[in-house]
Amino acid sequence: MTPYASTVTLAAGDLPAWAMIAYLVAAVLFILGIKGLTHPRTAVRGNLMSAVGMLIAVAVTLPSVMGGLGWGVVIAGMVVGGAIGTIAATRVQMTAMPQMVAIFNGFGGGASIFVAWAELSSFKKVIAKAHEIFNEQGQLDIATTYTLDQIATIKQNAIDAGVLTFNNGLAEIGTIPLPVLIATALAGLIGSVTFSGSFIAFGKLQEFKVFWNPWVLPAHQLLNALLFVVAVGCTVLVIAYPDAAFWWYLPLVIVALVMGVTLTCPIGGADMPVVIALLNSYSGLAAAATGFVINNTVLIIAGSLVGASGIILTVIMCKAMNRSLVNVIFGKIDASKSTSSDDIYEGRIKATSADEIAMMLDGVQRVVIVPGYGMAVAQAQHPVRDPFNELEARAGNGGFAVHPVAGRMPGHMNVLLAEVDIPYEKLIESDNINPHLDTVDMAIVLGANDVVNPDARKPDSAIAGMPIVDVDKCRTVVVIKRSLSPGFAGIPNPLFALDNALMFFGDGRKTIEDLVTAVKEN
Amino acid sequence: MTLVLMLTIFVLAIFIGFEIITKVPPTLHTPLMSGSNAISGITLVGAVISAGQHATALATIFGFIAVVMATINVVGGYLVTHRMLGMFRKKD
Repeated sequence: MTPYASTVTLAAGDLPAWAMIAYLVAAVLFILGIKGLTHPRTAVRGNLMSAVGMLIAVAVTLPSVMGGLGWGVVIAGMVVGGAIGTIAATRVQMTAMPQMVAIFNGFGGGASIFVAWAELSSFKKVIAKAHEIFNEQGQLDIATTYTLDQIATIKQNAIDAGVLTFNNGLAEIGTIPLPVLIATALAGLIGSVTFSGSFIAFGKLQEFKVFWNPWVLPAHQLLNALLFVVAVGCTVLVIAYPDAAFWWYLPLVIVALVMGVTLTCPIGGADMPVVIALLNSYSGLAAAATGFVINNTVLIIAGSLVGASGIILTVIMCKAMNRSLVNVIFGKIDASKSTSSDDIYEGRIKATSADEIAMMLDGVQRVVIVPGYGMAVAQAQHPVRDPFNELEARAGNGGFAVHPVAGRMPGHMNVLLAEVDIPYEKLIESDNINPHLDTVDMAIVLGANDVVNPDARKPDSAIAGMPIVDVDKCRTVVVIKRSLSPGFAGIPNPLFALDNALMFFGDGRKTIEDLVTAVKEN
Repeated sequence: MTLVLMLTIFVLAIFIGFEIITKVPPTLHTPLMSGSNAISGITLVGAVISAGQHATALATIFGFIAVVMATINVVGGYLVTHRMLGMFRKKD
């Protein structure tokens, strides 16, 4: 294959029929793979099916570039990326999973930026070549530098790319087709926001010191609006000036990268599940847009599946907080309305000890544990397994009440508890466990705060309407917490001051370990 | 392939996505995220084409960067999902 033989995009239309069918098989495997994720029993197989689909899609693409000058580049890139991905994925701690997903997501978006840009570069080149050969007043002697085969290939590529048409037998060389330009601009825009946004999300989840407080610049919303206008302007320029699209793409990417930062920075820790889900959706949409750029069905299908998945998770997370997406991204919780914590807590807080809880546990039948982000921070999921198993052996009808936004990403608590072999049927959604909580003898709140705040039922509260785990209905509530400091919402929690509430102050891991010892000695 | 045909595929795939993903239980939301994240690494196919066709030196360089990033996304995403799902297996 000569260097120019594959000058233009090897659009899907250029691939042999078997390759197109292989793409279809890959797309079906992706769908079946996600379908497998609808049950823990079939999930492992589902993920493997999806991976096989990916393998097929990549494998049938490779022969089209095999042996060319870029062949070594492709292999080198895959080796480097594969090594980094493998090391990262096998070393990461389960508690660091949200960061890991954020960073992988960012790389997906980044790839879209560069593929779209590379395509603009290729288009530029094929248009120039086509001009050189066909448009110089029929001076075919220029063809001396090309073989006839090469001319035929360039011609065909230019036709396939939509830049060469024939009118009354005369060749007319146009420019990059409009749909391609739009898709390229979108891939760059969405890919860039995903890339920088994901890295900021990573930094926040990793709790780098610079991100301890959400960054809010003066006139932050105005800045966002301004950046958006500039980004749209650059998009219009890419589309309006196809010949210079390759250059207008650069400011577009830069502005979009800045926008990813300014959009993600002000968002607080509690809203991270929404941000991660949204960025996940963006990375899918960027992939789909890239599919439109290079005319590739499997990119479009896979990208839109991911786009849909991210949007659904985003909506679920927002509903679990009773907030709109706009409010999560642009708004902030107004904690000023709430009563001061002193008024609520004064003289009403009862501290307890491991021994006291151990004694109470002796007489109880049904215990429910409500985990929160504090459990992840303290790595308390490991010591919590033993007391849980013991309670299970005794009464057998307890469980973990898992709130959808507990933790830093959708399903975060479930993963941590699965890691320590808690059977998944013992992890109960808050909606399902709430009606039964009045029959529960003891609720142990482990590192959760806002998701058990009964103030959410009051219409004038900052978190009004947010679905919560109704632990205050249990006979006794033990809250394991370092101090009375507020949760992410920044408001005091009247639960701590209730008559049936006991505070067990301390680090999540240490307190549970003490509790285990106390139960054994009891 | 015409634009209309691609748009058709895009819209239908979104509907399929909505249909199956709403059935994923909350327990598996994290693996769903990392698994679908790995699928979005499908950009690798585009990256391979960009890097491999060697249209221009710049396209090859961009293609290389894209191949590295997309491969990290794909390989890392699937491995991490596999690790997580291994923990959800029912204990006998």
